Amino acid sequence: MSDPVLSVRNLVTQFETRAGIVTAVDDVSFDVGPGEVLGLVGESGSGKTITGFSILGLIDKPGRIAGGQIVLNGQDLRQLSPPDLHKLRGDRVAMIFQDPMMTLNPVLRIDTQMIETIRAHRDVSKARAREMAIEALGLVGIPSPAERVRTYPHEMSGGMRQRVVIAIALMLEPDLIIADEPTTALDVTIQSQILSEMQKLLAERQTALIWVTHDLTVVAGLAHRVAVMYAGKIVEQGPVDALLDHPAHPYTQGLIASIPSSVPRGQRLVPIKGMTPSLINLPKGCAFAPRCPKTSDQCLSARPEQENLGSARTLRCFHPSEVSS
Amino acid sequence: MLAYLIRRFGQAFLVMAVMAAIVFFGLYAVGNPVDLLINPEADLAEQEETIRRLGLDKPVHVQFGYFLGGLTQGDLGTSFVHNRPALELILSRLPATLELAFLGILLAVILGIPLGMIAGLKPDAPYSKVIMTGSVIGFSTPNFWQGLMLIMLFAVFLGWLPAGGRGETVDLFGIPVSFLTWDGLGHLILPAINVAIFKMSLVIRLTRAGASEVALQDYVKYARARGLSPARVLGVHILKNIMIPVVTVLGLETGNVIAFAVVTETVFAWPGIGKLLIDSIGLLDRPVVVAYLMLTVFLFVMINLVVDIAYSILDPRVRVKRGKS
Repeated sequence: MSDPVLSVRNLVTQFETRAGIVTAVDDVSFDVGPGEVLGLVGESGSGKTITGFSILGLIDKPGRIAGGQIVLNGQDLRQLSPPDLHKLRGDRVAMIFQDPMMTLNPVLRIDTQMIETIRAHRDVSKARAREMAIEALGLVGIPSPAERVRTYPHEMSGGMRQRVVIAIALMLEPDLIIADEPTTALDVTIQSQILSEMQKLLAERQTALIWVTHDLTVVAGLAHRVAVMYAGKIVEQGPVDALLDHPAHPYTQGLIASIPSSVPRGQRLVPIKGMTPSLINLPKGCAFAPRCPKTSDQCLSARPEQENLGSARTLRCFHPSEVSS
Repeated sequence: MLAYLIRRFGQAFLVMAVMAAIVFFGLYAVGNPVDLLINPEADLAEQEETIRRLGLDKPVHVQFGYFLGGLTQGDLGTSFVHNRPALELILSRLPATLELAFLGILLAVILGIPLGMIAGLKPDAPYSKVIMTGSVIGFSTPNFWQGLMLIMLFAVFLGWLPAGGRGETVDLFGIPVSFLTWDGLGHLILPAINVAIFKMSLVIRLTRAGASEVALQDYVKYARARGLSPARVLGVHILKNIMIPVVTVLGLETGNVIAFAVVTETVFAWPGIGKLLIDSIGLLDRPVVVAYLMLTVFLFVMINLVVDIAYSILDPRVRVKRGKS
């Protein structure tokens, strides 16, 4: 594989709350290569969205990035000045948010929002920016883009709005797109349409993609690599097929066992018992220990370190299942 | 749009008619202006002559009939006291009040919105607390007291500005205005500040509430994620979304200032219509009071119309409904 577009090393993001410091992202490391799709999977509150925002430097007070490196094309984003970071956002790294109903500004027309994005990064005329915007809308499958560009967000359906957001992300041909559950709010048919269109466009342009989701089935069809997050840590990471076929971490196994289609018809689904822990008072040992079927004394007293399993897989667990390869 | 305007003016007309009737009969019930107007030393013939001249010898419903008849010819009656047409009397005093009201509102907006934005976006900063405390004082202390304090400080102790009166005026399109001469402007500043303080406090609170809410919306974060400059995010994406409540209240307040600036006008001896109204009520000068209140209703309707039009400019979602309302 060529040099990674993005290389995150030991990223730590913390929030200062009244109850104490919450470490939302804890020692997270991963690489994404050109044209590669990384599925960042986890339950709500696992830190996957915060990881995405940390990469863009969009962590607001009381949060802050407390440690680690975020290297994009060889440049550490944490060393950049705020104006340099502005230039980078939306241009080299684009982000797609979860809810298309909430991401576009309701009082500004689509063209206003697209043109302002282009003109924030490219020195082009308004007319040229408008052409670029219309072109980008056509590319994501919006019919009669020249007319639709003049409408307001509320005049479009959710699927159309998410296409607009995707068009904005692709418009300036970024090196990396961070997509935060972009299809969760859409119905299934629209979801699969958008997924396949994005896949095609990204492969053509060799754009790297981080797909943040809680939906393993989407990841199975889309991603090349998967990183599973739990309580701010990546507990298991690896190529999609190997990881989904032979999960080593009990949490990954639990996630897979709770997907309806993964068990034979008629058989009961196996939910992971318990709830995601509150990040404020994590257990002393492994954060998953209270819910894990394999918990031992060691799990309760110490936190497992990240190990390399070979063939690009990493794991944080004292009692992994055998990984046959 | 035309049907909408016709309906609005129809409503205005109805309200003005009802208003006129209520005030007309209400003032008749309050007392007989003759007792206040006629020189007690005048002989009986003289008194009767005056009563007849003013039309007060007829029963009240006949007087109302004459009034309505006059209305159809654009005649709102003649002042009992000043012996001039009521409308002419009001219009001669109106420019002074309009000038005061608009400058006051203008000050409230250009100071209140930025201060409110600061307080809303940086709620924990010490200067935000100063702004908010100031605004509490601003709208909880009585208006006349604020006026007296302004006079004490700027006119008595510092001697920078005159304490009352309108100063030198020049004609602008045949209307006497103060703000175009240095002397007039000097006279205008203190009363305008007096009007502005309360409105500004209101604007600050509304803007702060809006800004702190809007700043947390996804579309604001998304605007930042697209790499827009902070100025654009603040000045367009946030500001446009918080203007609706501000415009609503400003509309109402503008009407209020124009119609009832009487406190400020009294404290600063400003020759506006507020003073005229109070004097006229005191003397039971019915034609002036009726004409004044009809004019006030008309102003409120016009201001509401402007506010509605401003809504549709600010929020595209309102535009759809407007055709139907």
